Amino acid sequence: MSSSRMIIPGESPSGSPTSPKSGTSSAAAAPAVALSMDTAPVSSERSSAPSVIRDFLRGRGSGNVADKSFAAIMLLCACSIFAIVLFILFILVARSKLTLAQFGLTFFSTSAWDPVSGNFGALPFIYGTLMTSLLALLMAVPLALGVAVFVTELCPRQLRAPISFLTELLAAIPSVVYGLWAVFVLVPIMRDQLGPALARYFGWTQLFGGANFGMGLLTASMILAIMILPIISSLTRDIMRAVPDSQREAVLALGATRWEMIRTGVLRNSRIGIVGAVMLGLGRALGETMAVTMVIGNHPSISRSLFAPANTLASVIAGEFSEATDDTYLSALIEIGLALFLVTIVVNAVARLMVWAVTRGAPARSI
Amino acid sequence: MSTQPIQASITRRPLRVSATNRMLRTGINRFVTGLAVLATLLVLAPLFAILLYLIYKGASSLNLAFFTHNPAPVGEPGGGMANSIVGSGIILALASFMGVPVGICAGLYLAEFGRGKLLGDAVRFTADVLNGVPSIVMGISVYSLIVMRERHFSAFAGGVALAIMMVPTITRTTEEMLLQVPMSVREAALGLGVSKWRTALSVSLRTASPGIITGCMLAFARVAGETAPLLFTAFGNQFWSFALTQPIAALPLQIFVYAISPYDEWHRLAWAGALVLIGLIMASVTLVRIFAGRGTVRGGRS
Repeated sequence: MSSSRMIIPGESPSGSPTSPKSGTSSAAAAPAVALSMDTAPVSSERSSAPSVIRDFLRGRGSGNVADKSFAAIMLLCACSIFAIVLFILFILVARSKLTLAQFGLTFFSTSAWDPVSGNFGALPFIYGTLMTSLLALLMAVPLALGVAVFVTELCPRQLRAPISFLTELLAAIPSVVYGLWAVFVLVPIMRDQLGPALARYFGWTQLFGGANFGMGLLTASMILAIMILPIISSLTRDIMRAVPDSQREAVLALGATRWEMIRTGVLRNSRIGIVGAVMLGLGRALGETMAVTMVIGNHPSISRSLFAPANTLASVIAGEFSEATDDTYLSALIEIGLALFLVTIVVNAVARLMVWAVTRGAPARSI
Repeated sequence: MSTQPIQASITRRPLRVSATNRMLRTGINRFVTGLAVLATLLVLAPLFAILLYLIYKGASSLNLAFFTHNPAPVGEPGGGMANSIVGSGIILALASFMGVPVGICAGLYLAEFGRGKLLGDAVRFTADVLNGVPSIVMGISVYSLIVMRERHFSAFAGGVALAIMMVPTITRTTEEMLLQVPMSVREAALGLGVSKWRTALSVSLRTASPGIITGCMLAFARVAGETAPLLFTAFGNQFWSFALTQPIAALPLQIFVYAISPYDEWHRLAWAGALVLIGLIMASVTLVRIFAGRGTVRGGRS
């Protein structure tokens, strides 16, 4: 390594045979080293004095080959992430060729889902996915923002860590356990108490008509909302923390109340990041499988009522994949997976860019 | 003293005008504060509801047979999930064996070699995006790649699916932990003539190892509860199976199957299984907290 040698300013132009050839990056580093080593009288006795370190280093060779190959292995591992994405894309396209060729784009605009006669249209699942995700966002976003505002701006310092920990605990619960809880607790509540009440008071919107079995769009959205809450709130918290304190102090010094400070000083500055956090929550909601499969009722229909059973892109794969015996059926399900993959990639990419735009320059803090 | 009356006249008039305004503003302030508190309570409510109900239902149906017996046929009482617990262990060990080294190496690249490079940014971005890809997509991709070719479900395929899910998480946490290692520590090693790869392994990685272990445990905890990628890869099994080329039981899969079944006895077992699963995950998260408390070498303010 070049940095192990010392270069004396006086003899540097001609008398240092070591610096340029030992590595490409050393040229830029050499002057800095030379400056800091102004007073060191080491170079004259470099070749003569016995040194354990030098012997050790000489015994090990330059290490250049080892360095290069190590870097190459690390690079290979890093590139494996690209490989994974490309492999998923490739294999999904390859296995859904059958329906891609047979239906083309009409696959996503027709609502016939009839495996027996070989007719496949994914519209009901797209509708189900969009409806459940949007309803979940509608419920989760205000709550998540409330939690984030409370934790970063309002709550006493001692409560901050426990509340953050508890909300993150929500994220650690596996989705199948959410599903289990939803099946045995949320579904009966929906069927016996909440559902009839909604039908009585909001029946005029016609969103709550029809038979209510407890399983349906609304129940799935509620469990989804609970599941995406911790993601949105913890990201929003990070983003709001990235707003500098001087900003808050400035607004407060102008005589604002605390809420006005939060609104004009914090929320307005971090709105791009918050939108990004919401979109990350949306990405999670779009692809959530197990809990939704267990409570949505699994029926490919488009109905105005929120009580009606439906199906999402992810839940139809989970529910029907093991029944898919003929090639077209399997190919249709894999094409749904492909659509899900592409949509979530786009949503996540946009969301990440938004979150990065806000938090990148901020100093990393850990509370 | 001549300035005093002027000041008073300046300040008093706006005050009187804004009295209602100020009341309105403080009122809104209080209202929004109340809303934020309410939101926090509303968020914590389902957490406690889920955990308490789970403990109540799970603890009452948990017994020794759960850990020592295999699933019983319908109608027979008793039975347990011994094979599922062992099966989950096998799949997770496989996944960690494949996913952890790749994830750590990729994180090492990002922190030690890829700083400020376009490729580094691209890898980081792709890892973040891959993190958000639904687990069911991983499931059907691995199904298409391995299961369709081999013509049978296998524990190995389940391990691959979970490993793919672990890689991006571990990569990102490893990178973040390595970035916390002060540059001066690296410079000290390089200054002693240690080669770069040795510095990365014995100095940077060593220093950041508590944080990296934390990251690995978090990734482990995350995939331990995944069901969707195992549905079409590990598939599940009612009996003991230790072969990597055979379908294998897994705890989340078994919970799913029992939860949607119509039998009370199986529901009971599902609750017990969920409690055990949560217990395992919480245990690893708590371990993580202990490790994280030890912390990495901080400083940089030399």
